[in-house]
Formats: sequence, structure tokens, C-alpha cells
Amino acid sequence: MRYIEPHAHMVSRVTDDYAAMVTAGCRAVCEPAFWAGFDRGSAEGFHDYFCQLTDHEPKRAARYGLPHYAWLCLNPKEAENLALAKEVLALIPEFLDRPNVLGIGEIGLNKNSRNEVAIFERQVELAVRHNQMILVHTPHLEDKWKGTNLIVDILTRTPGINPARVIIDHVEEHTVATVLDAGFWAGITLYPLSKCSPARAIDMVEIYGTQRLWLNCACDWGHSDPLAVPKTALEMRKRGHSEAAIDRLIYGNPLRFLGQNPKFQVEKTAFES
Amino acid sequence: MNRQGITDLYFAEARSRLIDLAAFLDRVERSEGPDDFRLKSLRAALHELAEPSPDKAKKILLLLSDPTPEPVAQAGDKSACGAWSGF
Repeated sequence: MRYIEPHAHMVSRVTDDYAAMVTAGCRAVCEPAFWAGFDRGSAEGFHDYFCQLTDHEPKRAARYGLPHYAWLCLNPKEAENLALAKEVLALIPEFLDRPNVLGIGEIGLNKNSRNEVAIFERQVELAVRHNQMILVHTPHLEDKWKGTNLIVDILTRTPGINPARVIIDHVEEHTVATVLDAGFWAGITLYPLSKCSPARAIDMVEIYGTQRLWLNCACDWGHSDPLAVPKTALEMRKRGHSEAAIDRLIYGNPLRFLGQNPKFQVEKTAFES
Repeated sequence: MNRQGITDLYFAEARSRLIDLAAFLDRVERSEGPDDFRLKSLRAALHELAEPSPDKAKKILLLLSDPTPEPVAQAGDKSACGAWSGF
């Protein structure tokens, strides 16, 4: 089995997780910028974090033979402080040419506040201005449906957005159709309690097809599983999906989306059963 | 996969979760105090399970969601609790 982990917050994980992921068949890992579990107090704190994502963490992953890529942004959980948010957004362009940076993400909404919407719109404009791909975080639990609708509405009315270069992550049964019908890619996040279980994820794959879907573990400092994607592949096997179909979903699909950025380089050979 | 296959694969897990849910409600009802919006939402969602219609997961997720269209004035607490406080 081979797979690409398109969404994992590896700065929060121990080196044993890298070893386990590579052993399970991981061929590349992508790390969107996110919230540290507490609010950073200054733009300098974000500058250091962006350096960590684009310099230190790729070196740590390389010790396990794993290519590491990053997405940069201000996470929506830190968007309420507009003055600090604007300072942080001004830092991002200087990092965009770094060799492992794939685009702007994970931007989006958390509690669907006016300030979150304002900063989301600014980061979408930043991505368009710099011709960057976009990775979008949708809110948690009771806030997801409303937030997903707000996000899709903003993206579809923003000039210059190509839906084929935008993935809207953390979809569930009540939001997946909204995202796919608008032409975007959709990410299914596999979590032990919230978001989606392997069985539900494969339900959605069977109902909506695999044309613009990927799976990710989004492992971070909270209750999460860095091996959730290969474990979901086992779930697909139990349901009778072929090895080729599994490979298309967990390797081919992230490769098709991420490969739109020429910086993303992994083995492109087709699976042969 | 046919219905027999799906049942073979998932029945034991679904049974376990169903009994966990029943035991949770027993635990709640042995305790004192009124239901808050989370428990009211959960009890409403249980009715969906008994309906002979498709898309039960989607309907329950919507029942537990904030249905309002406009952004809120301030984010306040960063975390979500799993049910809409206006239910």
C-alpha cells in the first residue's frame, strides 16, 4: 500500500509517528498552518512558525525519507484580533517561493464570526493575487453547515478563483454535496470522535464517487490518529474495494490535486494490480 | 456489498454503540436537573433513527447544526460543543 497524507500537523507529533506513517506506506506529508492550541502573541511568533514549517520540519521528515510540504496562512481561530491578523498576512508573501510551500491554507472559518469572514476574504484575495492554490478548513460540529455555506458563497463570488485549485476540507454528510456541486475538491477528515469515521468516509466515497475527494488524518496535538488513512484503506478492503480503487483514492487523488503545483514531486507511476 | 454483508460487517459495532447510547441516557436520567440544549437535540435526533427514510446521518447532522445564515458578531469561545445552543 502507498498513500499521501495531505493534511497532518506534524510539528505536534513525535518522531515515532513519522516512522509509523512511513512504515504504513506514506510517500509524502503535507502540513497546513494551524492554531497551536493557544493564541500567539505577536507577528514574530508566526514568523518563527512559518520558518518551522518551511525549514525545520522538512528536515525532520527527511530523516525518515518522507517529503514534507506546507501550506501557510493565519488560522481562523486567531482571526478575531484584526490588527495582528493583518500583520501576519503581510508576512506570508515572503515565504511563498520556498520550495515546500504549496499554497494558502488552512484558511476558513471556526465560529463564523464577522472578523473571521473578513480575514478569510483577505486570505482568499492574497491567494488569488499570488496565484496560489487554497486549502480551506470548515468549522467544527454545530458550526460546520453554516460555515461551509458561507465559505462556498465567498469563494464562488470571488473573481479569479478556480474551483479545481481549491480543496474544502473536513466535509461530512451534510456538507459534501454543497462543496462538490460548486466544483471544488472535498476533503474527508478521519477523527476518532468528531468529523468522520472510516466507515462513514467510505459511505461518502461510495455515494459521491472519487472524482474530487481525498482522505486525511489531520493529526495534531489533540485526539487524532496519524495512521487514520491507511486504516481506512483496510476498511475499503473489508467492503470489497479493489487495491487499484484504494490506490486511486489515497494516492492518486491527492497527487492529482497537489500535483497542480509543480513543486509537489512524488512518484507518479500508476498502480498496477 | 449486499445487506447481509453490511450487516455481518457492522452489526456488532452498531449494537455496541446503541447500548452505549442507551446507557448514557439511563445515566443522564438517574441524575438530577433539566435537559440542556444538547440533550434536547440528542433526544430529537433519536426520532430520526426510527424513520424509514434515507439520509439519516445527514438529517441528524443538520438537526445538530446552527441553521442561521449570518455571521455572528464575535467568535467568543473557540470550541464547539456538538449541538446548536438555540435549539
